[in-house]
This record gives sequence, C-alpha cells and structure tokens, in this order.
Amino acid sequence: MTTLLEVEDLRVAYGKIEAVKGISFKVEAGQVVTLIGTNGAGKTTTLRTLSGLLKPSSGKITFEGQPLNGVAAHKIVALGLAHSPEGRHIFPRLTIEDNLRLGAFLRKDKEGIEKDIQRAYDLFSILGERRKQAAGTLSGGEQQMLAMGRALMSQPKLLMLDEPSMGLSPIMMQKIMSTIVELKSQGTTILLVEQNAQAALSLADQGHVMEVGNIVLSGTGQDLLHDESVRKAYLGED
Amino acid sequence: MNTLPQQLANGLLLGSMYGLIAIGYTMVYGIVQLINFAHGEIFMTGAFGALTVYLYILPDGTTLAVAVPLMLIGGAIVAVLIAVGAERFAYRPLRGAPRLAPLITAIGLSLALQELVRNFYPGADRARAFPGLDATHDIGSVTIKDADIFLVVAAIVCMSGLAWFVRKSRTGRAMQATAQDPDTAQLMGIDTNRIIVIAFAIGGFFAAVAAVAYGLKYGSIDYRMGFLMGLKAFTAAVLGGIGNIYGAMLGGIVLGVAETLASAYIDGIPGMDKLGGQSWANVWAFVLLILVLLFRPQGLLGERVADRA
Repeated sequence: MTTLLEVEDLRVAYGKIEAVKGISFKVEAGQVVTLIGTNGAGKTTTLRTLSGLLKPSSGKITFEGQPLNGVAAHKIVALGLAHSPEGRHIFPRLTIEDNLRLGAFLRKDKEGIEKDIQRAYDLFSILGERRKQAAGTLSGGEQQMLAMGRALMSQPKLLMLDEPSMGLSPIMMQKIMSTIVELKSQGTTILLVEQNAQAALSLADQGHVMEVGNIVLSGTGQDLLHDESVRKAYLGED
Repeated sequence: MNTLPQQLANGLLLGSMYGLIAIGYTMVYGIVQLINFAHGEIFMTGAFGALTVYLYILPDGTTLAVAVPLMLIGGAIVAVLIAVGAERFAYRPLRGAPRLAPLITAIGLSLALQELVRNFYPGADRARAFPGLDATHDIGSVTIKDADIFLVVAAIVCMSGLAWFVRKSRTGRAMQATAQDPDTAQLMGIDTNRIIVIAFAIGGFFAAVAAVAYGLKYGSIDYRMGFLMGLKAFTAAVLGGIGNIYGAMLGGIVLGVAETLASAYIDGIPGMDKLGGQSWANVWAFVLLILVLLFRPQGLLGERVADRA
C-alpha cells in the first residue's frame, strides 16, 4: 500500500487558542479513514488545514510525498485533494449543474467533465432532475449530495468529507453512507470526519478518536467499534 | 426644446453614465464587501488618460473617428492600472482588517489621486478642454449629440458583454462562486485573488468608458469630476441593489431619469416652485436614495438577506 497523505505532529491555532495540538496520522491509498469525536475536538480544523484554508502553526503535511505546508488552497485542489466542507457550502444562487462544473474548475478535458457530470447524476438522480435549478432550493440532504458530487468532479485522489450526515434525516443519512461505501468500492480514498461514530466506524478501514485537539485512540474501524471506551463515549452505551 | 421626451432622453443618457461607473462599485462590493470610494477618481484618471492620448500621443489634426477608439484604449489602460494597483497595494494588505481601515484607505486614495492629477498633470489645476463630439441629430422632438450615441452604444455593448461574461464564461462562473462563498471557491481550485483583480479591472475599464463619454459629451474634464460622479454612481449601485450588476445599470438609469425629471418639473408643483432647476438635481437624487433605503433597503434588484445563506 502506498501512503497518500501523512500528517505529522500537526498543530493549528486560532490566535492564542490551539485547536489542534500535535496530531499524526496516515491515509493509505484506497482506504477510508475516519476522524471521530465531539464538537470542538478539532476535526474540522484538521480538514481545513489539510485543504489549505488554514495555516498550521507547526507540523508537516505530506501528500504523495510532496509537502503541503504553505501551498495555497486553490493549488492543493490541483494536486488531487478535494474537500467537501462542513455545512455543505454549495453555491446557493448558481444552478446545480454550474455547481458541478465549478467542482471541475481546474480540468480542461471537456468530454471527461460532461461524462463526470452524468456520473454525478447517475449517483444522485435528484440532481439530474433539477440540474437547471438554483442549488439553494435543494433540501439539506440533496445539498449534501451536490457537495459530494461537486467534490468528486475534480477527480480527487483523496476525498475529504466533513460531517456529511450532519442534520440529515435517517433515510438521507443512509443514502449518504451507502454512497460512501459505493465510492470506496470504486477505489476512492476517503478521509471522513463524522460525529456519527457508529456509521463512520462501521465503514472505515482506520479510525482515530479526537478529543480537544488530540488523537486519543486509533485503530481499525472494527476495533474501535468494539472498544469499550469508544462505545461508552461515542456510541451512547453504558 | 425641453420637452418631456427630451428630458427623458437626457435622463437615460446621464443614467447610462452613472450605470457604467456603478458597475465598478457593485462588482468590487459583491466580491470583497469593500466600498471602493476611490472609484470616482479612477473614473477621473480614465478621462485624463484619454486626454493624454489625444493631446500628447496622437498627431495634431487626427480625426475624432480615429482618435476616440485610441483615447478609449489609453483611458482604459490608465484606469485599469490604477484600479488594479489600488487593489494590490492599498486594499489587499488590509484584507481581514476591520472594515473601517479599507474605507479610510479608499478615501485617502481618492484625495491622493485628485491631488496628484491637480499638481502634476499640465494645466489640470483648472478644467481642461476635452475634444467634444458635438454634432447633433434630431429624432422627432429629441436632439442628441454624437457623444450621446457613443455613450449609448458603449453602455449597451459593455453591459451585454459583462452579462455574457459573468453568466457564461468559466471565469464569470468563478466570479459568482467567489462572491457567494470565497472559502469554498478556493476549494474548487479558484484563485480568488485573481478573481478580485479581475473585478477591479472590469470596474476600471467601465469607468474609463464612462469617462471618455463624459469628456466627449461635456467637452471639459477636471480633477474633481470623480467626486460627484462617483457619489452618484455609488448611489445608483445602492439603489439597484449593491452586488448586483443589473441593479447597477438599472439604478443608474432610474437615478438619472429621476433627477433630470425632478429638476425639470418639480417647480411646477404648487408650493415647490423654488425647488426646481439644475441646482436641485443632486438633492432629488439623494432624496430618492433615502426613500429607497427606507422602503426597500436591499435596493431594487437586491437579494433578500435570507437568500444569501
């Protein structure tokens, strides 16, 4: 297995407040790796730093052997790292199709782009039915599908999903999770941030539990799912 | 002579000029939420750039048919360079600073540009003559100048070009994305700094087009011309809904027509006989702004706040 992403002793601070306090983990090609933990654990901060929106105060990020420290966000996308942000952040006043096209902003292969737009419509049929509609008119779950479809449009080597199930109905959540499984089976490497530990761990190869800026526990998805402390803290068992 | 159709035409012409300048305010605001109060002076430098081409570059006796396109290019180069330079060296270092900082910078920049032109452009401490396109045409009861035809054609070409660019081009789509959500735009691979530069450049170009039209129409330019025109164009942008390019044009036209009609006819209303005439035009323009802000704060075409999630 080849290591796609390697994070070493990463620290990120907002002013004087350190949100990520020296975490290290790896993502191997083809894996689904999940970061779980409560609100404020530093998961979203980690992803935003990996995609270049935040600057680390120290530590090393390596993607395919290339250091990412100091690389501008828009250039990181070009290296093959796509980020579907927390809260979906679709472009509300652009059409669904334009949102998808923006996902492929850096690509030049017109035919490939059309093919991938079609692929997104196949993956999420509702998007195809409403392609000319403003994205802001979609429901939360549909917006999540669009955000994922949009992130896939850049043909990423690593897809980072931040809280894809947040605020969704159980049915919608099921749909999103099964899509992640489908993407995994197609060989997409995924870094998944979730509060829904049960769902995330059951489909992840590797999991890391974050608490107030630190990784406190790591293991395979199955190990963590059966770990007593994880069950108590995150899966709501006594 | 001053019939209603003539007054309407005058208003539409003035409004097209406001609209062209208003584009610069609205595009920059839409993308970086900055009111570039130096934009009126960018308009002014565009006029002086065009005059420079006419006076110091073209040989004497060049016909205006040849000169005007070249003056337009010269004015555009100057205005675009100053607009882009202002972004790069004055506003970009202040991104993320409290909002008051770039605002004060903009006001300082506008004073600096005025004084630079007044002190260093030959003869610019007074008004300078600009070649006029004064030949007139009668269309029914309406008389318009060649300069007016230039203005209308330029406004239509520029606006339809811009509408196409923003809606259909790849960069235009990136521009809309940056306006709606700059962080996420970066996640798409969009270089948002480049988009901001393009917004300033388009604003500078449109201001230069308006400046050349202004010179050709009124036959004279001066270092203070950007103040009132800039203020009016900013009013037009707010009136139409700041951030919205169609709103800028509509706001310009509504403002131009309203102030022209008000100054022509309001003294006919009993009790308001002292409130007519050109000297009151600015008053009515800003009264209109106050009314719109009271009853439709988002402007004529502005989005409701709820749509801007």
